[in-house]
Amino acid sequence: MSSSDERSIDVVNLSGDLSRRRFLAGLIGTGGLLLGVSGQAACGTFASFAGTAADEPFAPDVWISLAPDGALTLVAHRSEMGTGIRTSLPMLLAEELGADWQNVRVLQAPGDRAYGDQNTDGSRSVTQFYEVMRRAGATARRMLEQAAADQWGVDVEQCTAAEHQVTDESSGRSASFAELATLAGEQSVPADGALRYRDRKNWRMVGGDNAVPLADEQGLTTGQGLFGLDVRRPGMLHAVIARAPVLGGTIESYDEDAAMAVAGVRAVVPIPGFQGPHAFQPLGGLAVVADNTWSAIEGREALAARFSSGQHGSYSSAGFREQLLATANDDGRLVRDDGDAAAALSRAAKTLSADYYLPHLAHAPMEPPCAVAEASADGCEVWAPTQNPQGARSEVANTLGLSEANVTINVTLLGGGFGRKSKPDYIVEAALLSRVTGRPIHLTWTREDDLHHDYFHTVAACHMEAGLDDDGAVTGWLQRSVFPPISSTFAPFGSPPARQGGGGELGMGFSDVPFAVPNLRVENGEADGHVRIGWLRSVAHVYHAFATCSFADEVAHARGQDPLESLLQLMGDDRMLDLSGVRGGRPPSQTHPWNVGRLNNVIRLVAKRAGWGRKLPRGRGLGIAAHRSFLSYVANVIEVEVSADGVLTIPKVHVVIDCGVAVHPDRIRAQMEGAAAFATTLARHGEITAENGAVVQDNFDTYQLATITSAPQEVDVHIVHSDERPSGVGETGVPPFAPALCNAIFAATGQRIRELPLAHHDLSWS
Amino acid sequence: MSTLRLNGETITLEGVDPAMPLLWLLRDHLGLTGTKFGCGKGLCGSCTVHLDGEPARACVTPLSTVGDKEVTTIEGLSSDGDHPVQKAWREHGVPQCGYCQPGQMMTAAALLERRPHPDDEDIDGAMTGNLCRCGTYQRIRAAIHTAAEGK
Repeated sequence: MSSSDERSIDVVNLSGDLSRRRFLAGLIGTGGLLLGVSGQAACGTFASFAGTAADEPFAPDVWISLAPDGALTLVAHRSEMGTGIRTSLPMLLAEELGADWQNVRVLQAPGDRAYGDQNTDGSRSVTQFYEVMRRAGATARRMLEQAAADQWGVDVEQCTAAEHQVTDESSGRSASFAELATLAGEQSVPADGALRYRDRKNWRMVGGDNAVPLADEQGLTTGQGLFGLDVRRPGMLHAVIARAPVLGGTIESYDEDAAMAVAGVRAVVPIPGFQGPHAFQPLGGLAVVADNTWSAIEGREALAARFSSGQHGSYSSAGFREQLLATANDDGRLVRDDGDAAAALSRAAKTLSADYYLPHLAHAPMEPPCAVAEASADGCEVWAPTQNPQGARSEVANTLGLSEANVTINVTLLGGGFGRKSKPDYIVEAALLSRVTGRPIHLTWTREDDLHHDYFHTVAACHMEAGLDDDGAVTGWLQRSVFPPISSTFAPFGSPPARQGGGGELGMGFSDVPFAVPNLRVENGEADGHVRIGWLRSVAHVYHAFATCSFADEVAHARGQDPLESLLQLMGDDRMLDLSGVRGGRPPSQTHPWNVGRLNNVIRLVAKRAGWGRKLPRGRGLGIAAHRSFLSYVANVIEVEVSADGVLTIPKVHVVIDCGVAVHPDRIRAQMEGAAAFATTLARHGEITAENGAVVQDNFDTYQLATITSAPQEVDVHIVHSDERPSGVGETGVPPFAPALCNAIFAATGQRIRELPLAHHDLSWS
Repeated sequence: MSTLRLNGETITLEGVDPAMPLLWLLRDHLGLTGTKFGCGKGLCGSCTVHLDGEPARACVTPLSTVGDKEVTTIEGLSSDGDHPVQKAWREHGVPQCGYCQPGQMMTAAALLERRPHPDDEDIDGAMTGNLCRCGTYQRIRAAIHTAAEGK
């Protein structure tokens, strides 16, 4: 998924395709209409490291079955981790088709390239499949209308599908979808030009509030929803694994007898370490297999496993921070060059500079990584919470020496993902253990495992410089970011790709910084990865937005201007952003151009909604920040209260988002509310540190999450009414939050925060 | 051999270590997977059940300490998901991923038993030990108020 060009959408009538029907056996019934739809509108979001294959002759992304009993089945090819995607995409289809939601069933596809692109990350499911779903629905609808017209001998133009039936408008007669399903299956697929799309003003479900219930709400409110950790198989044993505290460490000693002496423990199984770049390979270690999870955990304690430190044993966060900041203050690799920033900065009447530093973060989904695997001599079946079932399938096949055809990955509900569950290492561990023990294995990562061995959000330092002329106009700008890149997980240690920020990361709110400064330079410095680095909700936008949006506020203060007025001046005129100065990286999206006017619009709207400019007493303040990410535009105004002795509360957060057509407004609001809490965690509490190569934080006492009291008390979300193409929602609420919060703290107390988390800062004032 | 009062029934346990936390008995021996594992240290609330109506963290409750207290899990909160808290959770669209929600609802239900009309401060005080990584706190607060009205 790297192309920014739009791909065509293909619809194929598979109603009579017996091999496809056999493939789908168990998911759909026989007879009726079966369509496969492939293609993806461009999305231009973060390229996937997991890789997806689009090389199949015809690999539909969407399968629709309308059975002779009228049941409409949609095979969900995206993973549900809390965004509501199992509702939003089917709703788009049902809307266009004229289906009755009561007759819609959503079935989860197992991992298979035959289901198209299943890799659920990058906030791109709706961006990528909005048009595909609408096309699918409109096509099926036209085939049903044509079937009715043929049956009645009338012109198809007078036949209209709605509420699960087709009506002949001239005579008033109607036929149900159930009656028409088989006839529709005999129709040829109409050309796109023959399709009639519903006018937006006639939408009944899409774009409305609570028009359809969440597909999984009953299960999620009764404890019946099936998460990965909940899967049970006959004869299943439970496992936990002792892994080396330092990346790449090897087993030195362990007490197998002591572990086996724990009641319920069945076996201690060594798991080989990884070869070459760790990528999605298991870390290796010693598994304790037992009758229940608790015995396995107790057995692991008794095992008292010791590991060597390996090459990363001297990695300590305090020293590494100094290195990153030093690199950030040195010349870096050129990423974008507009005008002559060096000359402008040296000529400036006034200059300011600042360094920002953000630590590693852990995903910490409430359901830790886990999987159930059942391996046989020639195959393996897996049940797991995964964002990336095809990646899991190929990793399991490679590791066990199986063909992918003999590996089945069943996708459960995900108890949170945030990018962690894109990496299938934990699934491979379960598969290996099942192969060795000959039993179905339920593998649990304890919270300690999760925090010690995550694919961490990277640690980052950013150096910013601005030059002002005598009138306070910004004439020169330099920004440099330094961080161990995600590619350090996939490239050999010390190699350039393992040390340099990728175009994807730098393109996340850094090389595309929108400020209207004629002389602007963006650089990147190199850094090694000493722990596994992965992508976490909003990825590089987190540290890039923190630096750019915080420094924008510092510029306002330096030139004695109101932060809102200064920010709008810095953004400049409404325009399509000129990114011709960017060196390398991916080309900007053709379908979703970088529209500064849309960012300016959300800034103005959020300021108005928040009552920007009102007088507040000392200790209270408003902060503003705005950022484009995942092709959407979000602005925050955050109101804080800081008591004189330094206790911070966040009474209200104002969010305005422009994500194009808002498909499911209630879920968009939920994502913005959730993003505010997620970002509160990273701003107030979140920090993973290493000492001597090992991660220090163990559990939620040392890696604290935002609670109902530390999170914002109220999040007010406004969604811009837009006819633009839909764009990302799941991650896009996160980036502007931390800088808006810290800008508010500055307004309230005069203290400028340049490092997170806030837990390290004394916010008291007098 | 011992017995456990669970969701209105009395069950017999054989060969279960009395030191085992209630969480693992529920999940691994009895197949009641609605009670979730989140931290194993009583730090997140995902495993919240009721012991004689009081919220308790099943992951740090050894079986030996349960005695003859009545254990209620999310599966026993209502017969068909129609407890006022569950209805309010659906009305407000509270769940995102949903994983922590059984624990959230058990804590909320116990709060409403103790205090039928809680204010925001009561709610925050009762719920502050239940973590939600998706960040559904605002809706949890609103749903508890709705459930209180519906009781």
